[in-house]
Amino acid sequence: MGEVKLMKGNEAIAEAAIRAGADAYFGYPITPQSEVIEYLMVERPEDRTGMVVLQAESEIAAINMVYGAAGAGKKVMTSSSSPGVSLKQEGISYIAGAELPCVIVNVVRGGPGLGTIQPSQADYFQSTKGGGHGDYKLLVLAPASVQEMADFVDQAFDLAFKYRNPVLILSDGVIGQMMEKVVMPEQKPRLTNDEIIERYSDWATVGKKKSRERNIITSLELDPYRQEAHNLKLQEKYKKMEENEVRYEMINCEDADYIIVAYGSSARIAQKTMDQARAKGLKVGIFRLITLFPFPKNEINKLADRVKGFLAVEMSAGQMIEDVRLAVNGKVPAEHYGRYGGVIHSPEEVLAALEQKIIGG
Amino acid sequence: MDIKEIIKPENLVYKKTELMTDAPLSYCPGCGHGTAHRITMEVVEEMGIWEDTIGVAPVGCSVLAYDFMNIDMTQAAHGRAPAVATGIKRVWPEKYVFTYQGDGDLAAIGGNETLHACNRGENIVIIFINNGIYGMTGGQMAPTTLPGMKSSTSPYGRVIETMGHPLKMTELIAQLPGTYFVTRQAVHTAAAVRKTKKAIRKAFEIQKEKKGLAFIEIVSNCNSGWKMNPVDANNWMVDNMFPYFPLGDIKVDGELVK
Repeated sequence: MGEVKLMKGNEAIAEAAIRAGADAYFGYPITPQSEVIEYLMVERPEDRTGMVVLQAESEIAAINMVYGAAGAGKKVMTSSSSPGVSLKQEGISYIAGAELPCVIVNVVRGGPGLGTIQPSQADYFQSTKGGGHGDYKLLVLAPASVQEMADFVDQAFDLAFKYRNPVLILSDGVIGQMMEKVVMPEQKPRLTNDEIIERYSDWATVGKKKSRERNIITSLELDPYRQEAHNLKLQEKYKKMEENEVRYEMINCEDADYIIVAYGSSARIAQKTMDQARAKGLKVGIFRLITLFPFPKNEINKLADRVKGFLAVEMSAGQMIEDVRLAVNGKVPAEHYGRYGGVIHSPEEVLAALEQKIIGG
Repeated sequence: MDIKEIIKPENLVYKKTELMTDAPLSYCPGCGHGTAHRITMEVVEEMGIWEDTIGVAPVGCSVLAYDFMNIDMTQAAHGRAPAVATGIKRVWPEKYVFTYQGDGDLAAIGGNETLHACNRGENIVIIFINNGIYGMTGGQMAPTTLPGMKSSTSPYGRVIETMGHPLKMTELIAQLPGTYFVTRQAVHTAAAVRKTKKAIRKAFEIQKEKKGLAFIEIVSNCNSGWKMNPVDANNWMVDNMFPYFPLGDIKVDGELVK
């Protein structure tokens, strides 16, 4: 077993990046995730593993540093919170278009606009439906504990390189700020430059040897037919993600009449709701999303054959509910409940909503 | 004398560098981009560093620079080339990294990225083509458009009171301690081309010695955007651009010389 630590989610993600053998982190401070870069600056990963940490002049610059370094075959990460992630969208679209691997962390806060520094889950649409311009998808992982903040970094890098696609860790202000016990993964060595050249010379800008064609990192293809062909290739890749990477957790769903669908901190709150409901004799289970894209639509659709209703619980005005309803496809009622704008719903509020909207309805 | 006797290897006086591809240049006839590309690639070839050089292309006329330069290249979002180059250089400090940017890209939308890469003293080369106009999008006003100069978004001439002054980005960044070599050159005559090539060589040597950021502005023409023939455009550039953007070194060995 690895080292056990008591850490904030933001610190866990930073430590996990060092241990995943990341080559660089580029970021810009923003509440509630500034601990990520602060932790890295204190830890001096340059000395521990040779990992580069740089505070950029803006989120825009940070994501473009990620673009440059990822295009050069390195393992790179950035993190931010909602307004900052909005600024990054241009770069994320370019990274997706150029098919580069990287990890992006969003510790979501309430919006719109400058909003609030309190937790929120209102960036679901931005994360799963594109965010920037053009037809592209991020692979989105949603941690629900400090442990998962740590564990998902390495998994995210693996997925990013497997698909050569940006992977988003969609957290929120609760998970980022709360402290929990976490078992830290073992330190992975960083790839050497020779290993990187050997593995990624077929696409990365690592310096053109005479023996090969030059590598070009670009999302530009002016010929519409060739751009369409590139888009079709991207869509094939997203389809493969849907076939292979759906991740979720079912808690007490075997005998359940009612299912709460949730992710991140809402899934933690829902566990208490479930306990309270079961104490009252209501058979409630939780379907916790781990990947938001790909969305577990087939699994939810199957569940809809044997339960009486779904409640989508999220700290937003109703975003994930759209995907839940598409998956349920009208078989049984599927409703939304959530506080938002930085307000966190209580387990009691969720239970009341479940009784009123689903069980009573 | 038969022509085959003349074209013998020992009579060769000029050869296109292998670091320029055979793709036909997408630039307008008379434009300075082709020359600036060629001398940059000649420097990379002459220094023997092509296997370790990574270029960053901007958005603008030279967005397709990677079609012409036969090295590994990354195409950056509009204005972001200095940040992209920073990312590459920080993870590959032994590689040679340069950006190639126009005035709209470097001085307008990318002003912040330019300023901060220069201020951090990133060990990269920035080549800045200033033709006082947005060429690719069809001749709109740039931050470097001269007072009174007509463009498609200043059709009656640039009005300083409402459109602001032409931005002397090169003088601006020369003030920053992070820049080591800052110069302004041109490529309109053979003599100017030789001087510019020398400056580019110096810039890459500075990167080799890890001394800091080298910044080369090349004042260039845009005969299409200026709606002139190439000869008139070059003459107009000498008469109008050079007085506002005077040629010569601005900072050498980390010291202001102008």
